[in-house]
Amino acid sequence: MISYLIYVLCFALFLVGVYGILTKRDLIKIILATGIMGYSANLFLILFAYKKGALYPILSKGEEVKAMVDPLPQALVLTSIVIELGITAMLVALAIKLYERYKTFDITKIRRLSG
Amino acid sequence: MILPFFIIIPLLAAFLITLVSGKKDNWAIILSILAELSVLVLAVFCYVYQIDDIFVYNMSGWKIPFTICLVQDALSCFMIMVVSIIALTSLIYSVTYIRHLVSSWRYYALFMLLVTGMNGVILTGDLFNLFVFMEIALFSAYALVSYGRKAEEFEAAFKYAIMGSISSSLILIGIAITYSYTSSLTMATIAESLKNKPAGVTFWLGSLFLAGFGLKSAMVPFHAWLPDAHSSAPAPISSMLSGVLIKSLGIYTIIRIFYNVFGAPELFKTLFLVFGILSIVIASFLAIGQWDIKRLLAYSSISQIGFILVGLGVGNFYGILGAIFHLLSHAIFKSLLFYNTGAIEMAIGTRDMRDMGDLRKALPVTSFTSMVGSLAIMGMPPFNGFFSKFFIIMGLLQAKMYIVALLVVLGSILTIAYFVKFQRYGFRGKNVIEKEMVAEPIGSGMKFSMAFLALLCLVTSLMLIPGLRETTLDPVINVILDKTGYIKSVLGR
Repeated sequence: MISYLIYVLCFALFLVGVYGILTKRDLIKIILATGIMGYSANLFLILFAYKKGALYPILSKGEEVKAMVDPLPQALVLTSIVIELGITAMLVALAIKLYERYKTFDITKIRRLSG
Repeated sequence: MILPFFIIIPLLAAFLITLVSGKKDNWAIILSILAELSVLVLAVFCYVYQIDDIFVYNMSGWKIPFTICLVQDALSCFMIMVVSIIALTSLIYSVTYIRHLVSSWRYYALFMLLVTGMNGVILTGDLFNLFVFMEIALFSAYALVSYGRKAEEFEAAFKYAIMGSISSSLILIGIAITYSYTSSLTMATIAESLKNKPAGVTFWLGSLFLAGFGLKSAMVPFHAWLPDAHSSAPAPISSMLSGVLIKSLGIYTIIRIFYNVFGAPELFKTLFLVFGILSIVIASFLAIGQWDIKRLLAYSSISQIGFILVGLGVGNFYGILGAIFHLLSHAIFKSLLFYNTGAIEMAIGTRDMRDMGDLRKALPVTSFTSMVGSLAIMGMPPFNGFFSKFFIIMGLLQAKMYIVALLVVLGSILTIAYFVKFQRYGFRGKNVIEKEMVAEPIGSGMKFSMAFLALLCLVTSLMLIPGLRETTLDPVINVILDKTGYIKSVLGR
């Protein structure tokens, strides 16, 4: 039961992100919500790799092979963190430009496009 | 082995452009056109000579479960060729168009990154690598949508970026669950180990991937971002986005994952049919109401994606043939029509059909090629659009889905309706526009791109002649229809 709980919590984090994107009106809060969603995806990857009582996967001299954590998802998470950094920077830059043009961060007032 | 060069050449070009270019964009233009031309030559070479072969390139010499592999089969040859044709014409078109907008080398560097991302998505055989290349393509797409630096463009780019990051998170979670379940990221190995697993797993994984890639391909429940993003971008970028980006990131990945990896489960085929019909009908009705020509074309993109999905959902030979051929023909005529809107916007400075009029004297090339493109998308006989829709309907009749076939016919009649509106108000309206009223002349590069694609609208119909079809399109269809062929050929057993 406990072992499932952590996945449920992680999914709840994802839903927090979705909720933020859907309901918040401030551009910055929307950007933060996309960040939260991305973190929950990364957390999923890390949780799948986790093993209770396991070691880091580096084999040094004089050490015998024991249970190890799967290193591949950790490498994937590093990549996806870098990608998310880029996307967040892009979103913030767009938000700054939007503020210059519309003088507001409120998404309901930024609607020249419609339909 | 020319497989990695499809990714290396545009990536290197993007890198060199940032190094070499000063304030002027001459070097950027030369470099990017050279790079894209060489990619096109390689793609045509692969498509003509190596379509029946399959090549697997293992990065840094590791064997398959441990490596990131690139796979070249008939489907990816075909997609690379489509992307390269549209990208090259779009670059030639951009030379005049972007100088009229905001001239900078940054445009060409971002454009080459977009091409890199798309080629990578098409060629890769690794699920996470697909995600990385997809993000490269999307990242440059966000920047290029906002390239004109107007308020509406930033708004559209922001909307697009938010939608893109939602779908990317969904896809990443899908990849994570796939990895935890099959302990592999190579698509062929995943396919092999999923064969012995219960069908419920495929259902959950498939629904995550369908939501993620459905957002990228803008099928109807997930379509809200497309009309804004595609109509706000500069015209050559609109043509890239509508012509190939939604196909390489959306439709191609859907084909790869649902047909080659999951082995085409019946449930998802039905879902493709439902979403396809919804896309065709709803987007057509929305398109009829538009007065902005670029918005009309963007909605029409959604509806044409619906045709491709219906063809995929039928799943028999003619349905897949129609879907694949519609993918090619839609890339050609939709890019052509977006080039036309760019030319009109440059010449008379408006996109609203109510301000346009009789353009036949002022812009002869544009109005003639737009006539060709409209006839092709309506599905008039000598052009490629007719044959693709014809084969989709034939596949539906063969599978005895008469009601769906009727709805598809209704959808193509609606297509005729909004393109008759486009032609009637846009090019044959009441107020005659003379040559003197044209603000800026259309460059010869723009004319060349439009004329070339209009020619292709006719020429690609030749691919369906019985002798030629066996060598050009049938290998692609075999890749999709053969459920275990992909696993066998990639893993070599």
